[in-house]
Amino acid sequence: MALNSKIPAGPIDSKWKTYKSTCKLVNPANKRQLEIIVVGTGLAGASAAASLGEMGYKVKAFCFQDSPRRAHSIAAQGGINAAKNYQNDGDSTYRLFYDTIKGGDYRAREGNVHRLAEVSANIIDQCVAQGVPFAREYGGLLSNRSFGGTQVQRTFYAAGQTGQQLLIGAYQALERQVALGTVTMYSRHEMLDVVVIDGKARGIIARNLVTGELERHFGHAVLLCTGGYGNVFYLSTNAMGSNVTAAWKAHRKGAFFGNPCFTQIHPTCIPVSGDHQSKLTLMSESLRNDGRIWVPKKQGDNRKPTDIPEEERDYYLERRYPAFGNLVPRDVASRAAKERCDAGYGVGSSKMAVYLDFASAIERYGRVEANKQGKPNLDKASIIALGKDVVKEKYGNLFDMYAKITGENPYEVPMRIYPAVHYTMGGLWVDYELMTTVPNLYALGEANFSDHGANRLGASALMQGLADGYFVIPYTLGNNLADDIRTKAIPTDHPAFIAAEKEVSDRINRLMNIKGKESVESFHKRLGKIMWDKCGMGRNAKGLQEAIKEIQELRKEFWSNVRIPGDINEFNPELDKAGRVADFLELGELMCIDALQRNESCGGHFREESQTEDGEALRDDANFMYVAAWEFKGESNFELHKEPLNYEVVHPSARSYK
Amino acid sequence: MQHYNMNLTLKVWRQKNNKAKGGFETFQVKNVSSEMSFLEMFDVLNEQLVAEGKEPVAFDHDCREGICGMCSMHINGRAHGPWEQTTTCQLHMREYKDGDTIVVEPWRANSFPVIKDLVVDRTAFDRIIAAGGYVSVNTGNAQDANALPIEKQKADESFAAASCIGCGACVAACPNASAMLFVSAKVSHLALLPQGDPERKVRAVNMVQQMDTEGFGSCTNIGACEAECPKGISIENIARLNREYLGAVFSGSAQG
Repeated sequence: MALNSKIPAGPIDSKWKTYKSTCKLVNPANKRQLEIIVVGTGLAGASAAASLGEMGYKVKAFCFQDSPRRAHSIAAQGGINAAKNYQNDGDSTYRLFYDTIKGGDYRAREGNVHRLAEVSANIIDQCVAQGVPFAREYGGLLSNRSFGGTQVQRTFYAAGQTGQQLLIGAYQALERQVALGTVTMYSRHEMLDVVVIDGKARGIIARNLVTGELERHFGHAVLLCTGGYGNVFYLSTNAMGSNVTAAWKAHRKGAFFGNPCFTQIHPTCIPVSGDHQSKLTLMSESLRNDGRIWVPKKQGDNRKPTDIPEEERDYYLERRYPAFGNLVPRDVASRAAKERCDAGYGVGSSKMAVYLDFASAIERYGRVEANKQGKPNLDKASIIALGKDVVKEKYGNLFDMYAKITGENPYEVPMRIYPAVHYTMGGLWVDYELMTTVPNLYALGEANFSDHGANRLGASALMQGLADGYFVIPYTLGNNLADDIRTKAIPTDHPAFIAAEKEVSDRINRLMNIKGKESVESFHKRLGKIMWDKCGMGRNAKGLQEAIKEIQELRKEFWSNVRIPGDINEFNPELDKAGRVADFLELGELMCIDALQRNESCGGHFREESQTEDGEALRDDANFMYVAAWEFKGESNFELHKEPLNYEVVHPSARSYK
Repeated sequence: MQHYNMNLTLKVWRQKNNKAKGGFETFQVKNVSSEMSFLEMFDVLNEQLVAEGKEPVAFDHDCREGICGMCSMHINGRAHGPWEQTTTCQLHMREYKDGDTIVVEPWRANSFPVIKDLVVDRTAFDRIIAAGGYVSVNTGNAQDANALPIEKQKADESFAAASCIGCGACVAACPNASAMLFVSAKVSHLALLPQGDPERKVRAVNMVQQMDTEGFGSCTNIGACEAECPKGISIENIARLNREYLGAVFSGSAQG
């Protein structure tokens, strides 16, 4: 099967405009007859469901949480990019496009990324109109800050709670449609299969997580907005419930999985404190606007950070990357932290941490504040007090969170941070219209693979989720469904629904009947360890080959020895989790297979065999400038399809932030 | 910071489902690290129960970083436990010492029926938002984001109200199980912004009406909601809601 990305012809800046003005439309009366299933209610899902409801489609939205407002987009901290150029610092649609392509290490599609940059400005307008309380300057206009991999200020934010505010905006728009009757909401429901009829996705099997009952839902189209799969590593910044199940079921039903090995390891997270750790907490990249990252110049230096004098500190990012300094992209910052810790310069009791220090920012802001107040000769202690207030206003909630988790005061001592799994650039392969290789099955937001290449820049996930939901799918869905207006709703007693439900039910019964000895949690931890050790920040052929074997063995053991208490027909979180871990045990293998075939380093994918003399990622454009799209052929059997990437505008070069 | 391990006695509310009668069950949990979060301590308990072939305690949780609003434990009589402005998932075990007994209950309110053990149904909050907690603007209708400057102080106050996570601690803490802090936070968030202005009257009336329909109690200015709110939502928002509501009712321009 040849992959057709359906990128429109024409110059880069007119592709989307041309598409929008020439795509097919569905008239309002017909929209009312078309049923759309939206799975997941994060930024992509809630914005899509609300927008499609507003347009008149009959929408059913599903989430596994108790309310659509809980989706994990809510936890995004730092901000959302948009090419508004409000700061007059040289930003433009082209520059956002260029930064994103370069940031992704030339492994993303130009057409998709340019569209993303084009609609970015509309997103901010839309959110402000909904009442999203972005940070503002004293003049009443919107405030911006910088994020990694860029040299302009284009990030809009709401303290350290930008994702929360954007999601609540989308959630409110969604609830408005619920009230109007265009959207029906199913919370505490989990999608467990896609129903395919005559080659098209026509519905889902969902499990009511309160009663355990299986339900059949028809839709003319199915939209998966189910987020990423970072929890395959067990420890990640994802929410406990974040999972790959919906995407994986789609994959098993024919949807190709794109670049599964592309994982983002975020450089600034609170380090692991012990075996009890259930998740890792991010400290926003926005902190790198003001925080300086360092380790002692001496190996194994056990002095308190405040006792280490300036000249004995190694600000290694500023040293290695003077042009971008502490604001290099995430993949670069993460590898640099790992390099220092592996070389014996790490700090804290585990020695697997580096410092993120605000002392100089506090003093700098304090001086500005003192000048503002007309007291340029203030003593140092008072200046620092003023500076702390400024830092508190900017990052207060993050500092509080750090203090609660670690018991340390980050206003007084530097934060200890270390990289952690955060985001997955890989996901279901989609074309320009966001459709997977299964007709009428779409993937939006983090669930698809499309816009971030091998490394996502900060403040771009919120942008992509909302771009897909508010501004892309409303056009591309209509272009397809215009040909489907004569399709009547298919009754859910159709044999395909019955067969799909039986498959789901059989699998649940199989899980419950194993009655083994080991908990789901324990298997998940073991899988996570394999993935982190062998398919994490550094990867090599030998480790990946071992990991594939180990995962196969672990999967066998899981299916013969997992213990799931409780019953099927009741609220049973252990059973929910068992199904998700079973899917992670299949995905993990594919991630390693993908990482093994991509014998180059690019973005967050670092193959130790492929690096420059000074340890930077070394791409191999001649052999690997493609999207790896994997087709499911059976257990441990995946076929690779390649979508070549054509760069018409940007010329791929060695990515340098020096 | 000195880390230590402790043994604890937990008294936890167990209830099979909405119809069953519930009761407390006592557990011993050993070797709890002071570095664990409260929910990680529950993970230890549940692993222990699974190993013993028993059913683990059901509890709601998701982000474990204090923002999704899903966790919801009533700990020793306090919603989200003893720490100020902290969700259960961010409460850490260094609060406790060896030998402590901790009582854990679900949110207790008629409008939040128990689903199982510590898990309750908070969909009433969604229905209150659906009654009017939004700006009626369709996708694609917006003008330039900077076309309308908003006074920084107003924007900051609006943000403070908008930081509500919808966890329901305010209801659980209130002797009347009133949802006024939750409703007032949303009304304030939108009333403080020019974008929310056109619908301010109908919003206040409809949201209050839905709150009453859901069976939440009335507000008698006790202030427990503010004290237990993990996001520090101010009770001043309730005063603003009352002004908005009365203004709407007396102007007669809002139809509920």
